[in-house]
Amino acid sequence: MFLSNDVQGNTEMLERHIVQPADADHPTILSTEDLHVYYGKKEAISEGDLRFASNQITALIGPSGSGKSTFLRSLNRMNDRIATVTGRIMYRGVDINQPSIDVYEMRRRVGMVFQRPNPFAKSIYDNIAFALRLRGTTDKHELDEIVETSLKQAALWNQVKDDLNKSALALSGGQAQRLCIARAIAVKPDILLLDEPASALDPVSTSQLEDTLLELKQNYSIIIVTHNMQQAGRISEYTAFFNQGRVLEYDTTSHIFTNPQVQITSDYVSGNFG
Amino acid sequence: MMKSTQQLEQQLKRHSKAAKLEIWGKVVSFSALILIVAVVVGIIGFVASKGLATFFTNHVSLWDFLSGKSWNPGVTDANGKPEVGALPMIMGSFLITVLSAIVATPFAIGTAVFMNEISPNKGAKILQPVTELLVGIPSVVYGFIGLSVVVPVTRAIFGGSGFGILSGTCVLFVMILPTVTSMSVDALRAVPRYYREASLALGATQWQTIYKVVLRAATPGLMTAVVFGMARAFGEALAVQMVIGNAALMPGSLVDPSSTLTSVLTTGIGNTVMGSLQNNALWSLALVLLLMSLVFNLIVRLIGRKGRLQ
Repeated sequence: MFLSNDVQGNTEMLERHIVQPADADHPTILSTEDLHVYYGKKEAISEGDLRFASNQITALIGPSGSGKSTFLRSLNRMNDRIATVTGRIMYRGVDINQPSIDVYEMRRRVGMVFQRPNPFAKSIYDNIAFALRLRGTTDKHELDEIVETSLKQAALWNQVKDDLNKSALALSGGQAQRLCIARAIAVKPDILLLDEPASALDPVSTSQLEDTLLELKQNYSIIIVTHNMQQAGRISEYTAFFNQGRVLEYDTTSHIFTNPQVQITSDYVSGNFG
Repeated sequence: MMKSTQQLEQQLKRHSKAAKLEIWGKVVSFSALILIVAVVVGIIGFVASKGLATFFTNHVSLWDFLSGKSWNPGVTDANGKPEVGALPMIMGSFLITVLSAIVATPFAIGTAVFMNEISPNKGAKILQPVTELLVGIPSVVYGFIGLSVVVPVTRAIFGGSGFGILSGTCVLFVMILPTVTSMSVDALRAVPRYYREASLALGATQWQTIYKVVLRAATPGLMTAVVFGMARAFGEALAVQMVIGNAALMPGSLVDPSSTLTSVLTTGIGNTVMGSLQNNALWSLALVLLLMSLVFNLIVRLIGRKGRLQ
């Protein structure tokens, strides 16, 4: 009896293992508390309690349908009209998941880049100036400057500086995605949410995109959903593993990849399922 | 070895039942195509030959026909020329078409935006059936309502007889509204969802997204919708004829009785003798109508092509 228990204790791994980031240099900028997301009556996310460190990259990984994208889209309330989100999303001490929040102002601070590059059918310049003009920036000089810095930060400036008035639809996939990042950072958000930004890109573009993200980390806090485990390993400080709508493991990326505490995480990161 | 090759060749070359059916299917669909083309060519040829007879057989000059202001084909004027000036009808048709499109477009696009962007559920449940019902109402019913409601109201407000372009516009507005609306909905639906998401994620409000992104992207489709509505308005005969007053005069104002190409055709075609000038002149009007609907089709195609290039 005693013996078998002991043996079991050694082989059985934990069911859940959450270690929230605790780094004084990178205080929490965003956290979720008791977050539940429902599509109709079906629960897509339960108990996603996570804290995100500022100026770091946090990767959300997990098999298809595990809820990582749903979770990400809930963070800047892109799910408002699609799903019901309950619980608190604390951004710098303010719960942004309450009805009185102006979602448009909030989304300026919490920007988002999507899986599929989605530039508007406008010129490169107008794509980046879009959100600024909506907010009333009309000064040509100011716009020029922001367009240039945003494109530089997204590592696209050198390739397009002579073609700013050409249609953004003519860009390659990788360039279009970096344009979308430039467009998102033009309004100077605090946090950048990326939903599998490299899944539609070729390896070279992906690698350029990763370099860009590592650069952007200095100014932005980044949360990225990715299917690509190597990508998570290469660029992120923290990794959360999602499975069936729950966060099963959250820790530093090196811990998740070298010493996972949960069996399913271990299977997933070693490629045994998912 | 030799024998089996021959056998195989025989088997492969045999005309199977499936192969015969395929030929049969091709014949059927090709003859359907031939029939349609023949009908279209026949109609255009017939209308053109009849319509051009006014100019070649009766020697009316094309300029007199297009710019003349009095229409009375049975009568000759002081110079001995027949009075076949079609300008009042052409003006009437264009005025009523453009006016009804101008009135209908904002309502149609507004309805489409509500159905597709603001409240897709209610839109699908309530507005979709309503729009489809409006399409199904026969034009004589529209004309009858126009005659018994719109004309008296116009008369009470603006005086005169109440018959005229204004009443025609009111009736046509309701008639083309469902066409323009449902085509606008299709145009909005064709705008990819990721456009809207991109805009919302950048902090644009829903209205800004609709106005700056969705409507801009859907512009070619919306223009097609409006042109289709105009084509419908241009060709509508019965309902317009019932409320416009049918006076072949230059429309002096929107509440004066006037006429359109179609209304003159429907009132006049039964009262003329085939081959006479009166009859040929009506065919010329029909030719103008036909050419105009070809122009509308051309415009729709041009818009479609331009939209694809973007």
